[in-house]
Amino acid sequence: MRITCPWCGPRPLSEFTYGGDAGKTRPKKLDKASPDEWADYVYLRENPAGRHVEYWHHSGGCRSWLVVTRDTLSHEISKTVLAYPLAGGAGS
Amino acid sequence: MSRQSNRLPEGGLIDRARSISFTFDGREFDAHPGDTLASALLANGVHLTGRSFKYHRPRGIYSAGPEEPNALVTLGKGGRTEPNTPATMVEVYDGLDARSQNRWPSLKFDLLAVNSLLKPFFPAGFYYKTFMWPRSFWYRLYEPMIRRAAGLGTLANESDPDRYEKAHAHCDVLVVGAGPAGLMAAREAARAGAKVLLADDQPLPGGHLTGENIDIDGKPGAAWAGGIADELKEMENVRVLTRTCLYGRYDGMTFGAVERVGDHLASNSTLPRQRSWIIQAKHLINAAGAIERPLVFAGNDRPGVMLAGAARAYVNRYGVLPGRNAVVFTNNDDAYRTACDLAAAGANVTLVDSRSADKSRSRAILPESVETQFGQCISKVKGRSHVRGLTLAPSGIEIACNLICVSGGWTPSIHLLSHIGHRPEWHEATSSFVMREPGDEACTAGGAAATFDLGRTLREGVAAGRAAAKACGCRVSGKAGIPKADALPDYAIEPLWRVPAAMTKAQESFVDFQNDVTVADLELAQREGFGHAEHAKRYTTLGMATDQGKLANVNALGILADLQGRPIAETGTTTFRPLTSPVAFGAIAGQERGSAYRPVRHSAMHSWHENNGAVFTQAGLWLRAYYYPREGEDFSAAVKREVLAVRSSVGMVDVSTLGKIELKGPDAGTFLDRLYINSFSKMKVNRARYGVMLREDGMVFDDGTVSRLGDEHYFITVTTANASGVMQHMEFCHQVHWPELDVQFCTVSEAWSAMAVAGPNARDVLASAVEGLDLSNDAFPFMAVGEGTIRGVPVWVFRISFSGELAYEVYTPAGFGLGVWQTIMEAGKPLGITAYGTEAMTVMRTEKGHVAGPELDGRTTAADLGLGRMMSLKKDFIGRWMAGRSGLEGAGRLQLVGLKPVGKSETFRMGAHLVNDLGVTGVDVSQGHVTTCVYSPVYGHYIGLAVLKNGRGRSGETLHVVSPLHNEVVEVEVVDPVFVDPGGEKMRV
Repeated sequence: MRITCPWCGPRPLSEFTYGGDAGKTRPKKLDKASPDEWADYVYLRENPAGRHVEYWHHSGGCRSWLVVTRDTLSHEISKTVLAYPLAGGAGS
Repeated sequence: MSRQSNRLPEGGLIDRARSISFTFDGREFDAHPGDTLASALLANGVHLTGRSFKYHRPRGIYSAGPEEPNALVTLGKGGRTEPNTPATMVEVYDGLDARSQNRWPSLKFDLLAVNSLLKPFFPAGFYYKTFMWPRSFWYRLYEPMIRRAAGLGTLANESDPDRYEKAHAHCDVLVVGAGPAGLMAAREAARAGAKVLLADDQPLPGGHLTGENIDIDGKPGAAWAGGIADELKEMENVRVLTRTCLYGRYDGMTFGAVERVGDHLASNSTLPRQRSWIIQAKHLINAAGAIERPLVFAGNDRPGVMLAGAARAYVNRYGVLPGRNAVVFTNNDDAYRTACDLAAAGANVTLVDSRSADKSRSRAILPESVETQFGQCISKVKGRSHVRGLTLAPSGIEIACNLICVSGGWTPSIHLLSHIGHRPEWHEATSSFVMREPGDEACTAGGAAATFDLGRTLREGVAAGRAAAKACGCRVSGKAGIPKADALPDYAIEPLWRVPAAMTKAQESFVDFQNDVTVADLELAQREGFGHAEHAKRYTTLGMATDQGKLANVNALGILADLQGRPIAETGTTTFRPLTSPVAFGAIAGQERGSAYRPVRHSAMHSWHENNGAVFTQAGLWLRAYYYPREGEDFSAAVKREVLAVRSSVGMVDVSTLGKIELKGPDAGTFLDRLYINSFSKMKVNRARYGVMLREDGMVFDDGTVSRLGDEHYFITVTTANASGVMQHMEFCHQVHWPELDVQFCTVSEAWSAMAVAGPNARDVLASAVEGLDLSNDAFPFMAVGEGTIRGVPVWVFRISFSGELAYEVYTPAGFGLGVWQTIMEAGKPLGITAYGTEAMTVMRTEKGHVAGPELDGRTTAADLGLGRMMSLKKDFIGRWMAGRSGLEGAGRLQLVGLKPVGKSETFRMGAHLVNDLGVTGVDVSQGHVTTCVYSPVYGHYIGLAVLKNGRGRSGETLHVVSPLHNEVVEVEVVDPVFVDPGGEKMRV
């Protein structure tokens, strides 16, 4: 499998570290979130047969966290973006 | 030396001018360069090459390629032993030494052939049925017995002295197979400008052309192929890999291949034996050709039976006539050419065709000397270690012969297209499974696409090459010249999955030769409910040998389909997975073995530790000084001396391996506040503080120190083992959670050497070495941070203590590490400064009750470890919410305590459990477990740390440390975890 890093281009899987389901967002306000929201964020993960949005770290490259849309059945990657601008940072 | 009795007087692609010799089972034989072990053995009249896996039936050379199921030999000796090598793929060199396998005591006389007589007791699934009872016999008797009797070659117990290497290649178009289709495809794609890699598992280009008597463009096929290959090798954008097996296709157009670089050379001192390739391509052209299928009848495994195409290859490529009295048995027209070529080579040939005479399209090409029998099948074979004759059915005609050539049709090699999960489909006209790639990344040409006409194969190759080049963005122009090829007879196959049951014995009709699976086994699988293709495979082990069912699969599917009374298209196939052919572990490991398996990291002071007699221990990739034994000292004596030196005077330890991260930016403090349970944004400049990080689930993740070097400048240390994990975590938090924070950070672990100077005399030693920094207690109190120099070299000094003594950590740019270490050692000499290792450090941190790896096991919270008060409740931080869950605060948590044995001389074990009462058993009797146990020189007995249920309130209780595995019980008293200086006065003086 290869992932096309937005900075570095197509790179082999061995340069990346899997970071799990990217569909979860950390509750912004500590006390505004309910226990259910925290439990959902910390523990509950989707395991779909098909399209999955997930984090990958380019640990053997530019060290960017990426959000990768991958089909778990075919391993086809349809989209790869930096997590940074998605999270509303300076790059967005 | 044996003469080559079966060598034809002329012909073949061998070098007749030179003779070489080799040994097989200790006997010496003659061969010519260009021979394979199989062709050389056949030239010398040797057919019998091995015994079968289960029944120890005599077996001979069956094919001329990588699909060989029978002629598996062991090559080399000692560490170079290479078992299970197909003799058909071994190029003979002078001095080659090969041995047959799976026979005892010898190939001709194999005592274990008695298994063959016991055949009724070894049906499919026999492992699960016959040998189940009594149960205890399985391990002691049945399994060892079966393992000795059934098997292939034996592995060497020594390490392989040869060199293997790895390489990567990138190309636009990967062409697999250098047969007519592959050569055309490669040339067309290359002419259009694409970067082409052509890989083929043979030493000669041409694919099956090397074994045929066919002309292309007026030249013999092999010569024509050689010309195209030479043309390709001249082109700058083409790489041709010969002797290279493409064993797997992986996601994202990544391929694995193994190149046999030095395997065929008699002596080889400079080249690697094999080279393992990872190939990245944009487009794949599968031109891997097709593999001939056996026909299934009783005795079809006897030496002297071989594939029709293989017999042709032995005549045409190697100039070997495998038998003078030959019968060709076929269900298609392709094998007619075998009859022609054998007859031309001087053999008496009878052609037996299972089809009726009107189905054959090629009778005209047969020479008059070839006798024909239509609508007949072989029902019986005479001869045990070699074929002597056969009987036909239904006619009952008997024919004396010493060679039976069979063709059940051809199976396209579609593995590379199916490895990534695509399913093949049934192609009725050619009775074969074919594969069409759903996307546009791969295509198939020639035999691999079930195209068995040479002219069409060449055209398909051209079209595939042009399409691939186009898909890679190249401009394809002009008209392609398509070579002229001899017209071949039509294929006209009529499926014959097995000779009908009424004619022949199912128990002796082999479907999978390598795993000894017969038609009777498949019938049994069907009767017992394991008729599904995937079930039958596992129940009978069909297709699970090293040849991966290359010969057996399609026949088996056809037989199962017939048994189920439905078309083969509906039974489907089993799944092809990499590796297509066996790959040696050596090639997979490459040069990453022994000391090169992984890098070893040394600190800048490593040479000093070595020169001073350190014993080293591994910490991740690092080698750290464990202890420094002096003459006559054992481990305990050395560690005791080192600890007492620190506690009474001064010592120094190398802590360069700590993970170090530097942070800068206006929001660096805020960022740290959100990472750690305690706060750093308000900490003064030139101060340090102990910090704890949690995981989001509330468990402790890591600990270390955080120092503030400037308003917007922090420096943190993290544990050696967690260094890369913490960095990754910090990057996640910054890039995903809080990208709005203006902070930058970087690993600087390798940039700094670090050493801790500890003990009551630490200040005196450092003060005499450090310039430009007042180390007095007032000016530089506990947890102070400052910059100075040692002999002009810049150093950062941190007043931090892990041992509980007055202590300083000194950091200097890594290149100065050794010099600074030596200078401090020199300065400490008058006070008896002692180098101490990681074990003395562990003893002292345990005496001080500091937690480390064994306590931070991912199941403990800050509160469990007595660090709960550090948690700042005024802010959010990673793990804050989950750490506050009632379940983690409630009663019953395992909390950090100290332990000391009631009997002063006793020791106890890390990992052992704590129980209240002896004699009570059950899953819930454990009160906790020992995390650390060391001998304390200060107290003169062992002490330990443990996590204990509600431990903080249980000081003074007596418990038992039990280790049932070692039959040990030790009485211990629960004490405060801080043994030494609980008030912390010593480190603050």
